[in-house]
Amino acid sequence: MAIPKKLREFDVVRDDEKCIRCEVCCRMCANDVHSYDAETDKVSADSAKCVGCHFCEDVCPTEALVIKRNKSQIKRNANWKNDALGNIIKQANTGGVVLIGMGNDRPIRDYFGHIVLNASQVTNPSIDPLREPMELKTFIGSKPDRIELVEKKSKIKNTTEIPPQLELETPVLFTAMSFGSISLNACKSLAKAACDFGTYWNTGEGGLHKDLYPYAHRCIVQVASGRFGVDREYLKKGAAIEIKIGQGAKPGIGGHLPGEKVSAEISSTRMIPEGTDALSPAPHHDIYSIEDLRQLIFALKEATDYKKPVGVKIAAVHNVAPIASGIVRAGADFVVIDGIRGGTGAAPQIIRDNVGIPIELAVAAVDQRLREEGIRHRASLIAAGGIKSSGDVVKAVALGADAVYIGTAALVALGCHLCQRCYTGKCNWGIATQDPYLTKRLNPEIGAKRAYNLLRGWSLEIKEMLGGMGINAIESLRGNKEQLRGVGLHEKELELLGIKHAGEAW
Amino acid sequence: MGDKKINKPRRIIIREEYCMGCRLCEVWCIVAHSKSKDIIKAYKGQEPRPVSGIYFEERGAISFTLQCRHCEDAPCLEACLTGAMYRDKKTGMVLHNKDKCVGCWMCIMACPYGVIKPDFKEKKVASKCDLCIEREFPACVEHCPNEAIILVNKKGERIDKE
Amino acid sequence: MRKRLIPDIDYRVPSACGVTGIMNQKGELFSGEAIYASICNMLERGNGLGSGFVAYGIYPELKDYWCFHIMYENEKAKENTEDYLKRNFGIKHSEPIPTKKVKSLKFIPLLWRYFLGIEKNVESAEDYIIKVVMDINKEIEGAFVFSSGKNMGIFKGVGNPDEIGEFFRVPEYKGYIWVSHNRFPTNSVGWWGGAHPFGILDWSVVHNGEISSYGVNKRYLENFGYFCTLSTDTEVITYLFDLLVRRHKIAFETVGNILSAPFWSQIERIENKEERELLKTLRMVYGPALVNGPFSVIVANSSCMVGLNDRIKLRPLVAATKGDFLYISSEEAAIKIVSPQLDKVWMPRAGEPTIGKLM
Repeated sequence: MAIPKKLREFDVVRDDEKCIRCEVCCRMCANDVHSYDAETDKVSADSAKCVGCHFCEDVCPTEALVIKRNKSQIKRNANWKNDALGNIIKQANTGGVVLIGMGNDRPIRDYFGHIVLNASQVTNPSIDPLREPMELKTFIGSKPDRIELVEKKSKIKNTTEIPPQLELETPVLFTAMSFGSISLNACKSLAKAACDFGTYWNTGEGGLHKDLYPYAHRCIVQVASGRFGVDREYLKKGAAIEIKIGQGAKPGIGGHLPGEKVSAEISSTRMIPEGTDALSPAPHHDIYSIEDLRQLIFALKEATDYKKPVGVKIAAVHNVAPIASGIVRAGADFVVIDGIRGGTGAAPQIIRDNVGIPIELAVAAVDQRLREEGIRHRASLIAAGGIKSSGDVVKAVALGADAVYIGTAALVALGCHLCQRCYTGKCNWGIATQDPYLTKRLNPEIGAKRAYNLLRGWSLEIKEMLGGMGINAIESLRGNKEQLRGVGLHEKELELLGIKHAGEAW
Repeated sequence: MGDKKINKPRRIIIREEYCMGCRLCEVWCIVAHSKSKDIIKAYKGQEPRPVSGIYFEERGAISFTLQCRHCEDAPCLEACLTGAMYRDKKTGMVLHNKDKCVGCWMCIMACPYGVIKPDFKEKKVASKCDLCIEREFPACVEHCPNEAIILVNKKGERIDKE
Repeated sequence: MRKRLIPDIDYRVPSACGVTGIMNQKGELFSGEAIYASICNMLERGNGLGSGFVAYGIYPELKDYWCFHIMYENEKAKENTEDYLKRNFGIKHSEPIPTKKVKSLKFIPLLWRYFLGIEKNVESAEDYIIKVVMDINKEIEGAFVFSSGKNMGIFKGVGNPDEIGEFFRVPEYKGYIWVSHNRFPTNSVGWWGGAHPFGILDWSVVHNGEISSYGVNKRYLENFGYFCTLSTDTEVITYLFDLLVRRHKIAFETVGNILSAPFWSQIERIENKEERELLKTLRMVYGPALVNGPFSVIVANSSCMVGLNDRIKLRPLVAATKGDFLYISSEEAAIKIVSPQLDKVWMPRAGEPTIGKLM
């Protein structure tokens, strides 16, 4: 039979008038799309190989290249789209699971897009953040519900012990992305930006490479099911510890870093033999229940002398609110909820696209549940998965989050164009790859500057939005659903989000 | 980028760990030394295409570019019979005057870095990095997408693009 | 009454206001004429849709009894409430609140006051009174307790302060703390209970402002069992004071550092490490109690009167002293009309509480 070819996703369009045959595209494409033929003096492209990362477009000195979507299209069909067909063809070829990278790309309702913010008019002055102080300082950690003050020699003293806290200058942190899933240069970029701005980055389950030690004081070290890179020094080096139970892109699924990516550097950082597959089991095999989680939380607290906050990250699933409540009661200082749009370096596409719930609903549900149980203060709540702009940050915080994690947005700042091929290891932008040809393309000096700029830009925007509401400290936004209104949401959705519909007054 | 003639010493530093091997430095070196300074005309127009003053070296994943080091103790200056190769007093750069060049190629023989290119047709020196003395910022530095080629001042401090 | 007269129970109505308070710090009684003159000098700050007075020390003969001021929509509500009160208290004395006829006032409810003694065995009299007040206000239709302290009373209604003051015969009472309020709500409200001062136990609060952090404060208070049913900013502020001062035993000076917390930049400049750490801890733990947005507020109880501004002083507040008298007001003119020769006049700084205590 004639074997159907892979459906072409992109067309590489070259303006021959502009092409100067400099061959930059030929040299740069890790997918071997472009080639130069000296005989005909032509540069041509094999569009079928193009993943749509747009690297060639960006480096072409004459802007002769444009990458366009979807030329090869099947007959119009409301049910069968190119994607479904393409995946079946792939599977018929290989008999395997279809892999994918980055976050869910299905049109699952974007609640952030259906929420609008308030601003002051007449009865309440808006505040200009360029002229007045505007505070974004955020603390992540468990707080007591009250403090006991005593007066000694006319000086007031606090006698209540305050658990360890992370101090953030903006309510945005870089989410867990391991050295392995991304390059060391990408890790360095984010780590340096976090340190420079006064927020935190996260090792993911990749261990802490020694080149990242200078940034360890602002690092959240992850303990995941594979326990890669975990030893006493690792725990002590970090500012906080995060137990990873699940991830928004692949709830209930483990991880797999193929052996060919386990280079000498990764092997020593993860503490596994070079060239072996790094397999993270789906569950932690010492946590089959909530009381097991409690043991791990306190084992980690013991190991670090109760000096560091210990948090737990879970994927947003149907039962997220009770689970989060259990996690708080198990002693976690912060809870991370990763929504269905959360990214990944590699996941089965069928899981990424179909499992989990949107972060907006999850955060509102968890915050509400913790308040109803009177334990909201006992843990901070970090929202993750699909935060695309500072507007989303503000909305997530108003829905009840203390801070948000960003991953995809940070990678986009480093060049990522969401081609979703992270799992191939051929990232032209030098992010999701360990190939030395490619990793050197990401200069961490530039990367750190760009990631820092993103934090700065978002923070300025958050201040503008706060000022408009007449608020000058982020804590007055946290859980302040009065500042939110839904547009085009039905009653149940509004009820779950805990907000009113636009048009309703206070 | 203005085309003010610069009058302060400066130096190009190559950071091979960030060189991604795109060779855009060569492309823009050629454009900067072309008559029109227009990339399409320089490559596809009627004017003669200049030769890049940059050498690109690559083996495996390691790559870097090399251009005239403007040595303090420059052997090419010693070797030049006619004074075509000379040192600019203000900037300390080693420059080449084509009008005086007789094409003996002694400079090419003398250069320890091999960064002077011969012109076989005209029997002259074809190209040598002039640190873009006509430009505020050397073309290769300006266009390196990964800041693998950087510019420093006399003290070794980095000069950044505005 | 709820449906017809309580639109501001269902909605938050932003208001601008005039507030004024006078305290004799030796506890000497003085007539309500002063406060009446003071608030009436700020008529511009209201629009006739609410004003009120609170006075401390006005019932010296019955000072050991809890005094409830209750408004009724009809006789039925009164009957039900009195049944309820008889079941739960010993009623020492009850009477209609004395009023004078003022033609311009509308929707006047029945106004009664009761002096009650707790005869049951209760663990905490205060918590019992709070429960009773919330019960009546929630369960008995057409009845609303608007004052529930000892030896103090709130008088309020829909009207200009001159009308309301005359109606309740305010100048005829004598007290040692007087606080008054003149309201400028942004939509028409017709319910007498929606006027201010707002009070619970011997707490009373008058407030000028709109709290942008309402949503946070309200949900924070729920964590501690306070449920805001009136949808007013004043209610939130009252409960915050009750939580922090009565339940968490924090001094007024420190409460100022919580409700109108200093900025981080100010905190970082403090040289004394302990002081710096304390302020940091307060903000960290009590962040959700930060009251954000413009406000000036006067809070009183039997032993003190406190004025407080928001952290960037977006609403006016001026203070003055003359002998044993402390004055706090939206406008200096409202003080000067009472006491033209003052010892000291100052503008309290943003977030800095002005505290008057019984000596």
